Amino acid sequence: MDVFLQTLVAGILKGGLYALIGIGMTLIMGVMGIINLAHGQLMMLAMYVTFVLNTMGVDPYLSLFVAMPLLFLLGVVIQKFLLNPLIKVETILPENQVLMTVGIGMVLTELARFAFSSDYKYITTDYANQTFYLGNISFSVALTIAFVVALTFTAAMFWFLLKTDLGRSIRATAQDKDAATLMGVNTGRITVVTFGLGSALVAAAGCLLAPVYYIFPDLGGPFTAKAFIITILGGLGSTVGAIFGGVTLGLAESMGATYFGMEYEDIVGLTIFILVLLFLPGGFKRLTKV
Amino acid sequence: MKKNLYPLVLLAVLALLPLAVKSNYFLHLMILFLLWVVIGSSWNVLAGFTGQVSFGHAAFFGVGAYTAGILFQHLQVSPWWGMALGGVVAMLIGLPFGAICFPLRGAYFALASLALGEGIRHVATIAEGFTGGMMGIMIMPTFISKVPYYYIALALAILSVLSIRLIIGAKPGYYFVSIREDQDAAASLGINTTLYKNVSLSISAFWTGMAGALYMNYMGFIDPHVVFSLHDYSVMAILVAIVGGVGTIYGPTVGAFIMVAFQEFFRTGFFGLFEYLGHKTGSSVISTVGEAVQHAHVLGFGILVIVVILYLPNGVVGDWEKIKRNVFRITPAKEGV
Repeated sequence: MDVFLQTLVAGILKGGLYALIGIGMTLIMGVMGIINLAHGQLMMLAMYVTFVLNTMGVDPYLSLFVAMPLLFLLGVVIQKFLLNPLIKVETILPENQVLMTVGIGMVLTELARFAFSSDYKYITTDYANQTFYLGNISFSVALTIAFVVALTFTAAMFWFLLKTDLGRSIRATAQDKDAATLMGVNTGRITVVTFGLGSALVAAAGCLLAPVYYIFPDLGGPFTAKAFIITILGGLGSTVGAIFGGVTLGLAESMGATYFGMEYEDIVGLTIFILVLLFLPGGFKRLTKV
Repeated sequence: MKKNLYPLVLLAVLALLPLAVKSNYFLHLMILFLLWVVIGSSWNVLAGFTGQVSFGHAAFFGVGAYTAGILFQHLQVSPWWGMALGGVVAMLIGLPFGAICFPLRGAYFALASLALGEGIRHVATIAEGFTGGMMGIMIMPTFISKVPYYYIALALAILSVLSIRLIIGAKPGYYFVSIREDQDAAASLGINTTLYKNVSLSISAFWTGMAGALYMNYMGFIDPHVVFSLHDYSVMAILVAIVGGVGTIYGPTVGAFIMVAFQEFFRTGFFGLFEYLGHKTGSSVISTVGEAVQHAHVLGFGILVIVVILYLPNGVVGDWEKIKRNVFRITPAKEGV
């Protein structure tokens, strides 16, 4: 029983971080209708920002305030100068923007390899290995902080999307771009802001993950894969779905690791992904109608 | 006949090449080029003509390679039999995948194919008893010389491009394009879209699997991270087709040439230019830059993709008219000045 509860807790804590990664992805997906295959790479970049700041003595959690604005700017630049020009171009394949994000991801990975080499980097903090106990269940301090911060960001994101003018414009653009344009929303600007926000959110996830993970340039790919599994689980474009998807993936991975063995951790995610595609295309969004 | 002139000339040059070029290094590059012609062309059938963008062609490539490898490993059958079977097995993997995933559209299909590639790689890593896991499979190459491999690769490339050309020019090809242009309209005209998507996927998987089996025979070593690599195969297949021209018969051929040349260009430091300059001037800066360039071929790919998508969205072949027009407009102006 304890093992089960422990696995459950570990999964949920990890799920909080995954949700944060997923929300960024799903925002971009919803507004632009494209999968951002450079998402994990953006996170990798944020982790390197954290790493560099850490060598200067800045706490990983404080580097949130540097990494997020930086990645926001990067996201804005990518959307404005690389993705938006493609909308006007006539091509055979409509997926050109997706392929562009693949290219961007490659460039980001290789730039990181240039700057930091392929070596694994670690951020050492005094709380990274600390745990506290509730009953027999141990909680990693760093992961708990990450979970709480991730929840805060998710809540803030909801408030932003539901209550602010800009948030409403983003939702309007996601629902119906043409109608939003007719209502006077500058949809071009909205896509730019959304990509920035998505990048900033995944940057937050990167900073939170940095103390408990290792950092290397190729880390982006697997996390992009996780991000799209989360979004598919939750339903493309659904923010609530992304949270469900994130927690589900986190739970499934830790359950898989405990009960099947560590090497099955990744397979479990992919299996769920295929099951959802088969039996619940559209993801959890279909069930909740949110 | 004029339409076929360039391909025929190219063919003659390729067929006579080993007589003129004795360097193993260049033959190796040419074999890589021919392999990429096969993979890029088959990706193009599914994505360029049928509009189903796949991010998982490494799955078919790897399955083909593993078919050849496992036949040898477990049954001591010559891996050349794997050449015959590799394509078929890749097709058998593709069919259930297609049956499941073709009701999905656009982004969903792309993601499902990505999951296929990643999933199969994990399976190949975990099933150690069957695939050898991370140890991979090693075989002794049949030929020492590269020339036989070159001709086999050439035959494979010709057969694949030719068969694809025949299919695209025939009725199924028109069905493919109609599905790409408007799936609903195609269905309303009575085209069985799911069936023809599966046909397209089968052709694509078959040739990719054949390329994989040849890779096993030629390289002599595979492991899951090599042949199921998302970046080295799935994404490279896309890049080859995109750079050359999506939805054109000879686009991937041109793209394969550009990509292989581009990779070598970087890997050798602009064909030794930096090394030479650094040596001449004695400047350590140039040598360092040269070394950096040698490690930058993936970065180069990334930048190439971004530039191609921005400025030549239909690839070199697809936008050939545009290139010609722009070049012609610039040249007379220069002469005038």
